[in-house]
Amino acid sequence: MDRETQVTERRRAPVIQPGYTFATITDKISSIVLARPVTNSWLVGFGFAGLITMMLLYAIGYLFVRGVGIWGVNIPVAWGFAIVNFVWWIGIGHAGTLISAILLLLRQQWRNSINRFAEAMTLFAVACAGLFPLLHLGRPWLFYWLFPYPNSMTYWPQFRSPLVWDVFAVSTYFTISLVFWFIGLIPDLATLRDRAENRWAAMIYGILAMGWRGSARHWKRYEKAYLLLAGLATPLVLSVHTVVSFDFAIAILPGWHTTIFPPYFVAGAIYSGFAMVLMLAIPIRKWYALEDFITIRHLENSAKVMLATGLIVAYGYATEAFMGWYSGNDLDAFLLWNRLHGPYHLTYYALLFANVGFPQVLWFRKWRTRPGLLFLVSAVILTGMWIERFVIVVISLHRDFLNSSWGMYYPTKWDWMTFIGTLGFFCFAFFLFVRILPMISIFEMRTLLPEAEVKEAE
Amino acid sequence: MAQIFHPSTNTISRATIFGAVFIIAFGFWMALKIERSPFVTYAGVARPQPVPFSHKHHVSGLGIDCRYCHTSVENSRFAGIPPTKTCMNCHAQIWTKAPMLEPVRESYRTGKSLVWTRVNDLPDFVYFDHSIHINKGVGCNTCHGPVDKMPFMYNYASLHMEWCLDCHRAPEKNLRPRDQVFNMRYQPPTPDSPVGIDGRMFFDQQSLGLYLVSKYKLRTVTDITSCSTCHR
Repeated sequence: MDRETQVTERRRAPVIQPGYTFATITDKISSIVLARPVTNSWLVGFGFAGLITMMLLYAIGYLFVRGVGIWGVNIPVAWGFAIVNFVWWIGIGHAGTLISAILLLLRQQWRNSINRFAEAMTLFAVACAGLFPLLHLGRPWLFYWLFPYPNSMTYWPQFRSPLVWDVFAVSTYFTISLVFWFIGLIPDLATLRDRAENRWAAMIYGILAMGWRGSARHWKRYEKAYLLLAGLATPLVLSVHTVVSFDFAIAILPGWHTTIFPPYFVAGAIYSGFAMVLMLAIPIRKWYALEDFITIRHLENSAKVMLATGLIVAYGYATEAFMGWYSGNDLDAFLLWNRLHGPYHLTYYALLFANVGFPQVLWFRKWRTRPGLLFLVSAVILTGMWIERFVIVVISLHRDFLNSSWGMYYPTKWDWMTFIGTLGFFCFAFFLFVRILPMISIFEMRTLLPEAEVKEAE
Repeated sequence: MAQIFHPSTNTISRATIFGAVFIIAFGFWMALKIERSPFVTYAGVARPQPVPFSHKHHVSGLGIDCRYCHTSVENSRFAGIPPTKTCMNCHAQIWTKAPMLEPVRESYRTGKSLVWTRVNDLPDFVYFDHSIHINKGVGCNTCHGPVDKMPFMYNYASLHMEWCLDCHRAPEKNLRPRDQVFNMRYQPPTPDSPVGIDGRMFFDQQSLGLYLVSKYKLRTVTDITSCSTCHR
């Protein structure tokens, strides 16, 4: 061990606790899926999440019957919860892609224990996100009009509208994330196929493993494909939320029409995404006794990413407030005043506390390494980021340019049911995921062991 | 460890993955075909009517002008469905005992209108005006097809928006001199049978069309393809 490694080893927790071999890693992770009995606590959690998913379906069903009038949206606040939730969910997805793609390219080995479930988080979050703009369409069953296809109206989407860019950004994002996730799963699916006792399970895993035998040729192609996909996914981490921010920045509303939006949105996305990663990782490592694989090092690194992106977000808030004063523009100045003193001023203060104030505890290692506190900080940040989107959407819209068009936005119970319903669906999907797929990448964990190091022949 | 799958699975999986591309492409192609087929548009499908009225007989057989029955076509949005009295102008004199015409006579006696089945039915969110089309030189049969050859009425066109836009994007393709609008036998100009207007002869549709576009002062293509021209 050279000096540098010694120094880091002394100061930091390891990425994987010592004492594991290839076999024990495989056993430990695959047994969660194959051998672990269904526990009552899992059933209760799964059932509860399922009930909330039913509530979501009920809210959507009623929306299909009655139309978007059941929501609180109206002129001037036509965007309301649907867009708030859309931006929030899609932002959460970004951490998964950052972990799986960018950290792979940067050779951050600690990603290996969290990338699998972070990618699953991305998929489920994007699925929840995608729901909202579709439901907001008014006639959701005609959603395919958003795509350019040779239809009988010779009608094309308005390509100058950022809302159409959104369609492409989000659908590309979902597709790439899904393919990336699936490709990453193939060697592990083969492991499960080989270990499954149940014939049906072996068949299903076998079909999904697509004939993976783990030959050298397989691995060579696999590594290349995985790297290429990581290269494809990397720009998406930046581009998707940039395009989402264009939904606002292209419009000429005070508080929306700013050039800082793309970087500030991307930072906010990663900020909330890592908060969600921690909110998932902390209970999972405890319930499934995976503290050896998801160590304090992972939690601490995620906390550092949150601290850094949180500061970028804080800089964004500061710039917005500064420009409200410095621009000398009456409308911008009024927006700032309205945020501080208007009818929604409490949301703005809550946002400053949750996204700027409270997360500063992450500066201290003592607190950064306490899972309980990290869980709390993450919950506060996720709430704060949701409030941020509420502030952006509602405060800018509710004071129109004409005083006669001013209004207020009050979410209805259907708004809340749909939002909480997606939270339930997210958990529902996650409960399923941890039971039927390996939530940590088995083969990538094995590469963390010293035995996996390839030495060149002399 | 025993193998789960038979070796033939390799071939089956390759074939299905490869085949899926074609199945999906075929499904998409089918959907587009069905949308444009008479299953959806009813183009070319004759509709049942209370009286088996034949345009073929009345137009090409007897030579009655379109406007004899569809009186408001030149100056109204709606071409007009004739009242029973229009039928009775002739049928009070001829075929007065024909059992086929009993509903017409009954309508005349009772004053209750015949309820025809509408054939060329545009959606309610489309604003369409017959008079402007007639006055800019769009022939009846350009849209309604060979009505003089239809024993039973059917819609000739799909009435899809793409069909409307086909002409609105290039109106010169379909214009004819105003005095030819109701001529069911009008043929577009060819080198062998030119069309004359204002003392000039035109040997092809393109030059005639462009001449009429400026003569009849058509609005620009930008104007007539604007959303709110038809969706008001």
